[in-house]
Amino acid sequence: MTATVTEPPRTEPGANGFAPPPEEQTRRQQVVYLLSRSWLFLFLLLLVLYFWLASPPSTFLTGSNVAQIALTTSEVVLLAIGETFVITTAGIDLSIGAVLFFSGVAGGEVMLKLSGTSAQTLAGQYPHAWRGIALGVVVCILAGGAWGLLNGLVITRMKLPPIIVTLGTMAMAFGFGDLIDGGSYLPAPVPPGLTHGFGASKFLGLYYPIWVALVVLVVAHTVYQHTRFGRYTAAVGSNEEGSRRAGISVDRHIVKVYALCGLMAGTAAVLDLAIFTNTTSVAHQTDNLSAISAVVIGGTSVFGGFGTILLSAVGAFIPTVLQNGLVIQDVQPFWQEVVVGATIVVAVYIDQLRRRRMNR
Amino acid sequence: MATTTPLLEAVGIQKHFGRVVALRDANFALERSEVHALVGDNGAGKSTLIKIISGVYSPDAGALELDGERVTIGNPREARELGIETVYQDLALADHLDAAANLFLGRELYLGGLLGRIGFLDKSAMRSRAEDEMRRLKIGIQSVDQPVLGLSGGQRQAVAVARAIAWGTRIVIMDEPTAALGVRESGMVLELIREVRNQGLAIIMISHNLPEVFAVADRITVLRLGRTITTLRREETTLEEIVGMMTGALEVAA
Repeated sequence: MTATVTEPPRTEPGANGFAPPPEEQTRRQQVVYLLSRSWLFLFLLLLVLYFWLASPPSTFLTGSNVAQIALTTSEVVLLAIGETFVITTAGIDLSIGAVLFFSGVAGGEVMLKLSGTSAQTLAGQYPHAWRGIALGVVVCILAGGAWGLLNGLVITRMKLPPIIVTLGTMAMAFGFGDLIDGGSYLPAPVPPGLTHGFGASKFLGLYYPIWVALVVLVVAHTVYQHTRFGRYTAAVGSNEEGSRRAGISVDRHIVKVYALCGLMAGTAAVLDLAIFTNTTSVAHQTDNLSAISAVVIGGTSVFGGFGTILLSAVGAFIPTVLQNGLVIQDVQPFWQEVVVGATIVVAVYIDQLRRRRMNR
Repeated sequence: MATTTPLLEAVGIQKHFGRVVALRDANFALERSEVHALVGDNGAGKSTLIKIISGVYSPDAGALELDGERVTIGNPREARELGIETVYQDLALADHLDAAANLFLGRELYLGGLLGRIGFLDKSAMRSRAEDEMRRLKIGIQSVDQPVLGLSGGQRQAVAVARAIAWGTRIVIMDEPTAALGVRESGMVLELIREVRNQGLAIIMISHNLPEVFAVADRITVLRLGRTITTLRREETTLEEIVGMMTGALEVAA
């Protein structure tokens, strides 16, 4: 959103003398603003540069590795989109990784049950795969939406802080998921129609999951920037009481936002099954960390009121690039968590500096 | 005598909170196109009175008449529907949204056709109407599409006032409109209040700053211990007299 100044700023100070602030001040604000937002790209660029130079030749910056990074990032992008809406309302959703896992288990079980007898699926045969996939995908998405709805309702009806509510639902979703699959994996991989046919297939040079993420990204960005839903999200996060006084149904909107976040996690669960063929709770313990870091690194304010969907998607590359690069260099990939954790703190600090600067 | 019917009249208003009596007997008439200040010491009942007029509280006794017709104002939304808007002390602006978005908050304009029906905002229409509104009130803000966070206190107050009067409002209630502002900015807001009055609206204003009240108010109603003591035209009174009435040093025959 670029400022379209219809008339030169200084020409009309207004009869009441509400003079526009000095131009330099605005320019300084703009510099701070640009710096505070572009450090993300700088950081990502340095990261890529470092891994490119430090990795053995033609391992990191190769077509197939970049495609791999983009593929794994597609899931984080979906989570980060939902989380951007939530964080813009000055809330947080810690449960998304667990909801992703639960949805994957629930949807995956449905896929297997409907695709054939358990003897058949264990033997790698899926006589009714399409029926299973179709319903399983629906179950994944709806299960995610249901958890999100629950989060939103508990937060607004019981008037509890989102961080506690979603911490609770995170534990519950992990628990229920593990109860269903016995604490390990789905009994068999999901049907190859979803994995080979979708997760590992390309369209116009990009894997299908990446296309899904891109389409959702464009839609979500448009909704965020140009619709009532996006505007109310920012308004609620900026001034909840003021929004209420302006006639916005604040609670209903907050419920919708958490439900949307759950739907995103459910959709990410479909991609997860398609990419990895199976799912387990251990693999999703730090998904919330990845998503939240993507959002705050992307410049969305944890204090609410302000965010950018597209930059969250860029931020989503940081955990995946780190993970990928460290593995290639044969460094313990746990460093990824260390770096991502530290980056979150730095990002929020920069956000705070920006707020102070703007408040003068 | 029909022409002299006040725009808004409060008769014999009483309000208790438990055993605390906030208003014993408040009587007050608001004319068209006037700035009417409510003054009084802390606890005199000013805030309770405006909260009754803006629908936040309902009175225990007494009546409100709008254009000579009795009205009950059950909540702030009903007040708004009757053309009574309140500019709160804490402004209630969404800091991260721009002036245009704040002006239209909760009353957004949508694009025509299918896009509008699914919630697409008509940003350019809102921007141009916001610019018109700012020009009408002679509020010079640099651009209506900057977050209001970056505006000065006076400019923010101006946006809040513009929002209050942009919707067929007839009465604007302002609670300490200059409390958080510096001298220069206060002057600008007072100028804005005059401008709003000149456009035909009536303003009820609470202020502790008596010089300011004398600078802008047409009439002044003094409250003391839950009663409206008197209403005076500004030209007919002095600051000393008002202070005397507020503190009870000066007795007034009711």
